[in-house]
Amino acid sequence: MAENVLLRHEDIPDIHKLDVYLAHDGYAAARQALTTLKPEEVTAQVKESNLRGRGGAGFPAGVKWGFLPKDSDKPVYLCCNADESEPGTFKDRAIIEKNTHILLEGILITCYAINAHTAYIYIRGEFAYGAKCLEQALAEAYDQGLFGKDIFGTGFDLEVYVHRGAGAYICGEETGLIESLEGKRAYPRIKPPFPAVYGLFGCPTIVNNVETLACVPSIIKNGPDWFRSIGPESGPGPKIYGVSGHVEKPGMFELPMGMPLREVIYDYAGGIKDGKQLKAVMPAGSSFPVLTPDEIDVHMDFDSMRAIGAFLGTAGIIVMDEDTCMVRALEIVDRFYHHESCGQCSPCREGTGWLHKLLVRLEEGNGKAEDIDLIDRICTNMMGNTVCVLADAAAMPTQSYLTKFRDEFVAHVTEGGCPLKKAAVQPEAA
Amino acid sequence: MPTLEIDGQEVTVEDGLNVIQAAEQVGIEVPHYCYHPGLSISGNCRMCLVEIENMPKLQIGCNTRVADGMVVKTTSERAKHAQAAVLEFLLINHPIDCPICDQAGECKLQDYYMLYGAYKSEMQLEAKVHKGKVVDLGPEVVLDEERCILCARCTRFCDEITQTGELGIFERGDHSRISLFPGKKLDNPYSGNVVDVCPVGALTSKDFRFKSRVWYLEKTPSTCTRCATGCNIDIYHRRSEIFRFRPRQNPDVNAYWMCDEGRHWYKSFQQDSRIPTPLVRDESSFTVASWDEAGKKVAHAVRSTQDEHGADAVAAIIGAKATNEEAFLLSRLLREQIGSTHTAGLSWSPTDAFHDDFLIHADKNPNTQGLKSLGLLNGGGEAEAVLATAEQGQVKVLFILGADLVTAFGQERIDRALGETTVIVLDTDYNGTTEYADIVLPVAAAVETDGTCTNQAGRVQRLSQAFPPPGEAKAGWEALALLSTRLDGPDSVSISDVFSELTHSVPSFAGLTYGKIGLQGAPLVEAGPETDS
Repeated sequence: MAENVLLRHEDIPDIHKLDVYLAHDGYAAARQALTTLKPEEVTAQVKESNLRGRGGAGFPAGVKWGFLPKDSDKPVYLCCNADESEPGTFKDRAIIEKNTHILLEGILITCYAINAHTAYIYIRGEFAYGAKCLEQALAEAYDQGLFGKDIFGTGFDLEVYVHRGAGAYICGEETGLIESLEGKRAYPRIKPPFPAVYGLFGCPTIVNNVETLACVPSIIKNGPDWFRSIGPESGPGPKIYGVSGHVEKPGMFELPMGMPLREVIYDYAGGIKDGKQLKAVMPAGSSFPVLTPDEIDVHMDFDSMRAIGAFLGTAGIIVMDEDTCMVRALEIVDRFYHHESCGQCSPCREGTGWLHKLLVRLEEGNGKAEDIDLIDRICTNMMGNTVCVLADAAAMPTQSYLTKFRDEFVAHVTEGGCPLKKAAVQPEAA
Repeated sequence: MPTLEIDGQEVTVEDGLNVIQAAEQVGIEVPHYCYHPGLSISGNCRMCLVEIENMPKLQIGCNTRVADGMVVKTTSERAKHAQAAVLEFLLINHPIDCPICDQAGECKLQDYYMLYGAYKSEMQLEAKVHKGKVVDLGPEVVLDEERCILCARCTRFCDEITQTGELGIFERGDHSRISLFPGKKLDNPYSGNVVDVCPVGALTSKDFRFKSRVWYLEKTPSTCTRCATGCNIDIYHRRSEIFRFRPRQNPDVNAYWMCDEGRHWYKSFQQDSRIPTPLVRDESSFTVASWDEAGKKVAHAVRSTQDEHGADAVAAIIGAKATNEEAFLLSRLLREQIGSTHTAGLSWSPTDAFHDDFLIHADKNPNTQGLKSLGLLNGGGEAEAVLATAEQGQVKVLFILGADLVTAFGQERIDRALGETTVIVLDTDYNGTTEYADIVLPVAAAVETDGTCTNQAGRVQRLSQAFPPPGEAKAGWEALALLSTRLDGPDSVSISDVFSELTHSVPSFAGLTYGKIGLQGAPLVEAGPETDS
């Protein structure tokens, strides 16, 4: 891909400033959409582009917009999900802070398409700087008449509000986000009804991820065919891969959808740090199964990942080298889900804590042989039985660790603790 | 009316029901904690997971509306596995302190463990999450956070029913706990209901806790007599002692709820002021008498007054706490055996009595409406008129049934009215008015007798005898039947006889029977919208 779309600030410094953005065709797509296209034509183009949700689930964005009831007399809301909290994931933050206006332009076009006159950007509380960036960019854009009343003289009005969360992973779940935005505890709602029918304040609502919305202007500008030509047809487009962990060059790489994972790790992220061997990769944030080195030839798109029993998720790639203790790694993952379970559903509330306690026990060398099967059983009992997928997000990686690295878990029992830790403190043999 | 299959049984139910409700109609219990028919759907406990054909995931019965052709399996391997798993999750951090828990015996964790769980615990005790114990929420309720399964029934009750919003869920994950919002206390007039809706031992009643194991208690369905609403209740009692009232479901009256005042009303029936035996005044003090002696005295007083002053010198005032049957018998006695026209109803309540637009009525009498139907109350000045007649010296014998005239009219007025009158009191307890009595006949309290009351909406509801009245006291209808025979009137062999006679002589009761009234009550004929009588 010649030019970055989502990480355009790497090509054009200061693109977060409105004058710079405008000097580089900024808001041209929005102007084009609002002045030459009907809302349903915008939706049709996005549908045609096969843009799939970048929050992790990969649901086609245009189809989601199409779920809005046609005959409702209630206002429609757009919620931009900027509660980026997935471990190993920092793509939305980059767009928010460095390429701010492409997000705002995406919001403007999307609101036009779904006939929303109010949009909320729900940004995680820890992103204080991001929130400031959004506020500044919005102020600039309001000044230029790009938001507010009668945008581009079309009579279309749009108000955008930045709402900061208070620090809970579950606020990234779209109905948890809506509850939180309404001022309540972020308990995810039972679905159906889905937000498109009954969302914010009981009104039809679309919740889209930052990266998803940031793709929208380029679809309008370059056309759906252009978008579909980037990566696999079933889920195309530019994609930010975030690589962290034991690599030489951790960071973000904007590449087409469907890049082989091996290429992302070795060609872009510079391979494993200090020439070590790769042991494991969590390719999709922490909520999905872990991959072993022999699985990394998979292409990073929704369908290819599904085909090997994995997920694309947020494409936050966490790389672990040969010295990583997989029990400890999983203990950290499950500590996160224990900490973040909202506590609404019994299996998740009690299960995440139980899992974490068992893993701590294993890691500390107090585990029992039957704990491994117990962990597996707890996961099975959690999965698919709760209001939202946080339980699955904890259970899926856990079961994959157990299956793919079972020997290490067994060794923690038989050797009464972590063999790697013991090896590290043992003096070199004479 | 969708037709569906539940565990192999075909059932046709009304549209809009959920799977739990539909299953209930064919006698299948889908286990559940958070679902409560009187509250919104929360779907958090996950206990009601059932298998539904053509749906890949198990579904929660509470949030699944029945549809035509649906095939539900509540006992399939998958469903049973999920139910056992949920129960295991709920119990891992539970203190399992049943031996000292007040809920034991009526705890859904215990019940479902026996039905759906019954596995060995795999959780080490020291690894449990510890939370607050004996947390004081308000005048009625104590919380044990460790026993709580966070079903949110109590928070929903306070949000949706009382709309007072005292309770919330705080913290996250397995540290979540129910608590009061800052500066709040759980002291709304209905707060006791959160104890009833709590399916486990987390919320317990300050009044009831540690008083009795529930399996030692008998349960008698009845009606609360604290006010004119007539909430349906269960009386929990043992050896003639009441331990608590709990609301009994009646969609036409109180749904699932009752007020705290009503909940405490049971205490009014077991005070030291109960009258144990018939009493007759001997000069200035009372002497214990047998019913036979007392009855003779009454008959003598009535007959001699009739002879000397005429029938209208005998009068009666009937309080609105009397049952329909009691009021009917006494008014018939006056009218037919004595021939007096002076029978008055009295419905007195304090003017500042607390009331609201939900269940608590300003009329603190259970049977004002019944007295109206019996023609004993119209304008409300009837008792007043009898007293005025008495003040003129024209009432020589006055029957007072279940009414404390001193409280209603003041000492001075009663002094003037009853100074020279032979007063016959039929009541449960000593009160200001018994001081004026010449003959006292102890009668059963509302919890000790069968009978009916008519609530403010004109609904006839049954009182049931939980246990016999104390000492020599008799059910009001028995006492009045005895007086009737003494005055050469008809006897009544049973309460249903009395009611049958009542329905034949009072048009608005026409056609009613105890069977028809049942446990849910029945509207008076005149209250029916189609009839005009």
